[in-house]
Amino acid sequence: MEIIPLGDCALIVRVRERFEDAPERTLDKVLRTFRRLQSAAIPGVIEFAPAYTSVGVFFDPIAIAKASGTTEKVFEWLATKIRGVLSSARSYGRRSTVAPCLIEIPVCYDPEFAIDIARVAEHTKISTSEVIDLHSAAEYRVSCIGFVPGFPFLTGLAKRLATPRRDVPRKQIPPGSVGIGGAQTGIYPLRSPGGWNLIGRTPLKLFDPAKNPPALLRAGDRVRFRAITREEFKAMKQ
Amino acid sequence: MNGDHRHPSASVGVTATVTRAGFLTSVQDLGRIGSREFGVSLGGALDPFALRVANLLVGNDEGAAGLEITLGGLQLRFNDERIVAWCGGEFEVHIESRRLPAGHVAHLQARDQLKFGSPKIGCRAWLAISGGVDVPVVLGSRSTDLRANFGGIECRALRDDDVIPLATWPGSPIPATTISSWTAPHDWVSPAKRDPILRFVRGVDWSRFNALALQRFTSEPFTVLSDSDRMGVRLDGLELERKDNVDLVSEAVAPGTIQVPPAGKPILLLGDCQTIGGYPKIAHVITIDLGVAAQLRASDRVRFSEVSLADAHRLLLERERELERFRIGLSLRSS
Repeated sequence: MEIIPLGDCALIVRVRERFEDAPERTLDKVLRTFRRLQSAAIPGVIEFAPAYTSVGVFFDPIAIAKASGTTEKVFEWLATKIRGVLSSARSYGRRSTVAPCLIEIPVCYDPEFAIDIARVAEHTKISTSEVIDLHSAAEYRVSCIGFVPGFPFLTGLAKRLATPRRDVPRKQIPPGSVGIGGAQTGIYPLRSPGGWNLIGRTPLKLFDPAKNPPALLRAGDRVRFRAITREEFKAMKQ
Repeated sequence: MNGDHRHPSASVGVTATVTRAGFLTSVQDLGRIGSREFGVSLGGALDPFALRVANLLVGNDEGAAGLEITLGGLQLRFNDERIVAWCGGEFEVHIESRRLPAGHVAHLQARDQLKFGSPKIGCRAWLAISGGVDVPVVLGSRSTDLRANFGGIECRALRDDDVIPLATWPGSPIPATTISSWTAPHDWVSPAKRDPILRFVRGVDWSRFNALALQRFTSEPFTVLSDSDRMGVRLDGLELERKDNVDLVSEAVAPGTIQVPPAGKPILLLGDCQTIGGYPKIAHVITIDLGVAAQLRASDRVRFSEVSLADAHRLLLERERELERFRIGLSLRSS
């Protein structure tokens, strides 16, 4: 584990160097670290941003200077606190993982929404119906939320479906669009620009600032896609 | 002036009217804290310190919502008496025909019109209004998230003829439009500089860049490009090359982070930046200099100069102590 400054008001706790070689194990470790730090309520620590191999820790240096009585070694004081929290947690609460939720996301793969499915089929040399079958058969895991509010980066895409991003990103992608970008799949929660290949759309709202929590998914959740018809899509959208 | 006057429960619906919205004006407070986990940007005033100072000057809580004005053009008509102050770039601001310099406090009467001209230096200003802008709190903040479209007034930038709801405030005995002769420290109220030098601490990926890139980054000027926005300042300059070309795993970024996409042209992230990013982070502009960074506009030239992390913290703590003294001074003045 490394603790590296991210400017003067944040730092990164990196639990592993790589992600791809062991995504499940890495993600579990990141989430354990995140939850332990969250429940430790270290004075001056404001919030966290977990992602793939690391947890971003945002802090207020002024509050830390007050809490620690040091103005010279704010980062060192916090890094020591963090190491302390993580090592004492390791000794007794080793398997203190929260069971991840399994969330089913209905997706309509109709050509109206699947505007890049032909491109994916061509690149992967399989038929569009096989693309749909493979995409909706797998179980995915949210490795991180970001890019725009509520956007889930999902690991677990069948290797055969991996397709490079579009050379020129689209300026506007409709909310709910499901896409493939390289070896990952994801869902655009908001109208936003984006370069992923669009293969379907969900009627669910992935981000709603009026709700608590505002995002449908969080890092660590497990996700399955269920293919639905246009009629079902329309009915669920209402 | 009462610093604790916060809540508009008995609000009589007093407003200010936007007679001209200007280039880009939005409601901002000190940002949205606590939702980074869900990919929600910090947002808020791009120079939070400027908004804090402006709020203190008008007797608000430091975190009250105000207006962020980009490149001027805003005209507001007040519908009751208010105290206002602004901090930011070198703007010409007038109340009717009288000039209101940055960091001075104006007492306005109903029907008074406040006008922002275009800036000579810098590009943004923060206007605090006694009572504060009273829009609903969304995810802990009144700030407008212009990228994800929520918060602020109808989830968007201001338009002509918008009506800005203002919270009630205790009022003031002064019967006429007046402008204070006293002000806050110049650096706080007018942070914009021509061709500034921004101080930085080394980034997470500093050592991934080659010696030439590091030398260029610390000695050459970079020019601000016109497609800069609240997410980040895009810079042009000599290319910054890496030693390796390993694909990096995305991780947290923060306002002040300088990331370098494969083309080698750096981007200095500002308050509306994403929560995570996958480009290598060469450096981070220190928090105390973010107010200067928030003033950068197209064709400005900027240089970078390294400081230690301990110095970055020391500078921030010193400024906070000065602000504390200023706050005490203000309370003595108004008591």
